[in-house]
Amino acid sequence: METPGYTLCKYTISPRRAYVILRFMSRLSLIDIAVLDLQPVNIAVAEADCVCLTGPSGAGKSLLLRAVADLIPHLGDASLDDSLCSTMKPSLWRRQVGYLPSESHWWSDRVGDHFSQPHAMAFQQLGFDTDVLNWEVSRLSTGEKQRLALLRLLTNQPRALLLDEPTASLDAQGVTRVETMLGNYQQQHQVPLLWVSHDADQVERVAHRVFELQQGQVREVA
Amino acid sequence: MSVITLSVTDLMLAAGLVVLLALLSIWMQLNLASKLVVAAMRTTVQLMLIGLVLKVLFANAQLIWVMALALFMLAVAGREVMVRQERRFGGVWGYGLGTLSMFVSAFATTVFALVFIVGTEPWYEPQYAIPLLGMMLGNTMNGVSLALDRLTTSAWQQRGVIEAHLTLGHEWRTAISAITRDSVRVGMIPIINAMAAAGIVSLPGMMTGQILSGTPPLEAVKYQILIMFMISAGTGFATMAASWIGARRLFDERCRLRLDRLTVRD
Repeated sequence: METPGYTLCKYTISPRRAYVILRFMSRLSLIDIAVLDLQPVNIAVAEADCVCLTGPSGAGKSLLLRAVADLIPHLGDASLDDSLCSTMKPSLWRRQVGYLPSESHWWSDRVGDHFSQPHAMAFQQLGFDTDVLNWEVSRLSTGEKQRLALLRLLTNQPRALLLDEPTASLDAQGVTRVETMLGNYQQQHQVPLLWVSHDADQVERVAHRVFELQQGQVREVA
Repeated sequence: MSVITLSVTDLMLAAGLVVLLALLSIWMQLNLASKLVVAAMRTTVQLMLIGLVLKVLFANAQLIWVMALALFMLAVAGREVMVRQERRFGGVWGYGLGTLSMFVSAFATTVFALVFIVGTEPWYEPQYAIPLLGMMLGNTMNGVSLALDRLTTSAWQQRGVIEAHLTLGHEWRTAISAITRDSVRVGMIPIINAMAAAGIVSLPGMMTGQILSGTPPLEAVKYQILIMFMISAGTGFATMAASWIGARRLFDERCRLRLDRLTVRD
């Protein structure tokens, strides 16, 4: 029989153990990336920088993020510091450049099966007890799902983040929680964020620079 | 004990039953009558033709003719696998994937059985080779088409899950492993069921045929067991090969899920 503490015993980190935070200070560059009818896009996101992408639905914002994550065929390239995506092993690129789709998908019934190294502190930060590992995915609310999907992505310790409307389906509290979590991660690790958002207030809150994608063209608006 | 030959009148009597069924289905407005008649005619013509072909082939038992018929059977089986797919691979893969898997598996197991088990002289003796291959192909065809259909349909339905794996930096094997396993399982269920039910629920066709033609029951049973084993091995290998190659083909060299390589049946 599986006791509730079983999974935790394997992974819990003792409070006395030194918690090392890696400051990645990495830089994400989109180099002439083009998908379908998008004009080639050049954006450089510096360390700890947050670049928001806005624009009407269907303009290709998600396509662009998926191309940067190398999930779809595209022209051009992307780089993380000096490493080009095209020369890196795809799985390594995707672990380092974490992509969070607007809708999360889960392959197992139990939440814990999706985490290779669950971190108690991170769960608490997001308002979860570590007991959540034994929950069933089908019983999670939209907000819980999205926060856990983000946590699942962050356990990979990505050096850059691509966020596709990460708070689109969340209530105000959920939005705050996810924004806080992203902000913390960004500050701790000094990672670049490329953030697609429809919410003007959110863009105002989080963005350092704003690009608009319209009719296949990308231009900097703020 | 010899075979009681069937006369044309005998077959006409049996055909009468089909006609009766067709009339009944017209009366019940089932819209099946024309399909039923066409299918009955097809079966008559196709079987007569293969009967003639086999007659000629048995008279000229040369490797080249046996191979020619074997390849023709493979080609038809390959087409059958392809048209049964709801979403199939585009281009040459649509036809090639199933055909290649069946070729490797069904041909290899048949030749193995002919050379090492039955020991016919020459090994390609058409009286053994063609029926054996026919049974192998018929069954591997079922397994492969079920497996491929499951593979491509599941990959389509679960593309979000597959990409969730990929975005987390998992390899394509991990991303699709549950689906590949599932398709192999689905492809092998029919033969496993057939083996489990053989003799109790169903008397397999080949054994029944041999018994009807006067073979002692125990001899017929031994042949049937041989066939069952060959079919399960052949179906299993072909199903695994097709699922694995198919799964690989769903991803490109950059480990992206390429559902655009599938075309939807109109």
